[in-house]
Amino acid sequence: MKMFTKKERKEAGQGYLFLLPTILILGVFVIAPILYAVFLSFHKVELLGGASYEFRGLDNFLKVTFDDRAIIALKNTAIYVAVVVPAQTFLALVLAASLNAGLKGQKFFRVVYFLPTLTSSAVLTLIFMWMYNQNGLINYVLKIFHLPTYNWIGDPDVALIAIMIMNIWATAPFFMVIYLAALQDIPDSHYEAAELDGAGAVQKFWHITVPNLRPVTSFVVIMGIIGTFQLFDQSYIFSGGSGGPNNSTLTVVLLIYQYAFKTLGTMGYATAIAFMLAIIILVATLIQRKFSKEESLY
Amino acid sequence: MKKRSAGRKALYVILVVYAIITVIPFLWALSSSFKTLGEIVSGSINFIPKDFTLDNYKQIFSKEPLFGRWLFNSLFIATVGTMLNLLFNSMAGYALARLSFPGKKSIFIIILAVLMIPFQVTLIPNFLILKELGWLNSYQGMIIPGAVNATFIFMMRQFFVNFPKEVEEAAAIDGLGRFGTFFRIVLPLAKPALAAQTIFVFMAFWNDFMRPLIILSDMDMFTLPLGLNSFKGQFISYWNYIMAASMVFTLPIIVLYAFFNRYFVKGIKFTGDK
Repeated sequence: MKMFTKKERKEAGQGYLFLLPTILILGVFVIAPILYAVFLSFHKVELLGGASYEFRGLDNFLKVTFDDRAIIALKNTAIYVAVVVPAQTFLALVLAASLNAGLKGQKFFRVVYFLPTLTSSAVLTLIFMWMYNQNGLINYVLKIFHLPTYNWIGDPDVALIAIMIMNIWATAPFFMVIYLAALQDIPDSHYEAAELDGAGAVQKFWHITVPNLRPVTSFVVIMGIIGTFQLFDQSYIFSGGSGGPNNSTLTVVLLIYQYAFKTLGTMGYATAIAFMLAIIILVATLIQRKFSKEESLY
Repeated sequence: MKKRSAGRKALYVILVVYAIITVIPFLWALSSSFKTLGEIVSGSINFIPKDFTLDNYKQIFSKEPLFGRWLFNSLFIATVGTMLNLLFNSMAGYALARLSFPGKKSIFIIILAVLMIPFQVTLIPNFLILKELGWLNSYQGMIIPGAVNATFIFMMRQFFVNFPKEVEEAAAIDGLGRFGTFFRIVLPLAKPALAAQTIFVFMAFWNDFMRPLIILSDMDMFTLPLGLNSFKGQFISYWNYIMAASMVFTLPIIVLYAFFNRYFVKGIKFTGDK
């Protein structure tokens, strides 16, 4: 048994006191809910006045395989992640590299590019819905260039694409700032050496900038994967909560929301889907991490 | 030399084109908020309104009497939530960086592990817990569960680990106790770290859509994102109103950004270094 001096005991007391709000809040609203979620996912939950639980074993987890809407939601989300993550990462990198070239007006561009990051998803979605209107700004611009126009919000073939375009536009600048910080750490001598070898701007970008930023890219991709798998606000507002038209904007998180709060008796099932989503995100992150480590060996 | 300036021109083209792409949706929304309904419905595409009007801004407050209430709810929840975060995250970060007590390491590891849990997993149980507490449709239900943030506890810990010990020792010699030292000496010196936190936490509360959607069902308690969404449902073709409401909602964040601009980039850099 270790003895504590009076001073040590006093310091320990102060330590716990400083941590008390954190321990209470994380305990009640994070740690307890995780355990509660495990419990819920094995039960059928009825909310009629109070909550009643009925043990169902693994049913909730197995149900996903023959739930058509769950499969559609997963497919939509997977397509969304596969398009948006590479596109926003590449755009962020190009913008950061252009901004970092030491041109005049850099600060101005940076402030302008940052506007979407500051604006709430609700506002951005409404602005884009207005622009995506049948005779709205976007179709007008497409017409000028003699391109086909679309019913962006009402046509199931393009509704998800409309959300993709909006979100690539909205998130790329955030990742651009992360890239900018990292770009400043690449020594000028690398570029000077390449210039002596006669490398042009594009070659310098691919042979110096991109490889030097590999660890940051890995971070940006992981953050992107986590964020895109959780798409909710935009598809909720876009479709008025339904995931329509014809389930084309239904995402996994929107489905979780619907099963938890809009249909009766499916709260346990919704929790099981939430766990599966967490596992998918974790696995995708691990694969990406392994992938980028192997690459950096060369 | 010639090649260089051509490259520069190409870069400028990229920067300017993308700046236009970024600004146009905002300009379009701003311009629509000053147009009459007639001009909105006519589908004419012009950035300068034909009959410039401030009427939409007046109308949104009179047509939707709750609009002012939503604005207040959002401001109140975001402000109180941010203040509690600044206080609690700094206290926790300080304890983890500076004080020694049994179980410190496990608490730190648990806080780091919390960072990895996707929000959706705890969402449904959180709803049931808040229901049990009677905190649905309440300010505390919106504020307390988000009153600490693992990311910023971690950030504050890193900040206090590098904080010069001599400052605290001097304060102790002057007879200040632990709490006096923390609140009167340490916290004021932590301003840069607190400023970065302020804008991120405030934005997270202010822009949050999913949590209020679940916790708040009483229209009196709505925050602006929810209000805006229900407003859209009510006035579906009145895009002049919807855009005016969107602009009112965006302004406070732009003001906050103007004040905290410098710290903003620092805060993002920190997220990047993690």
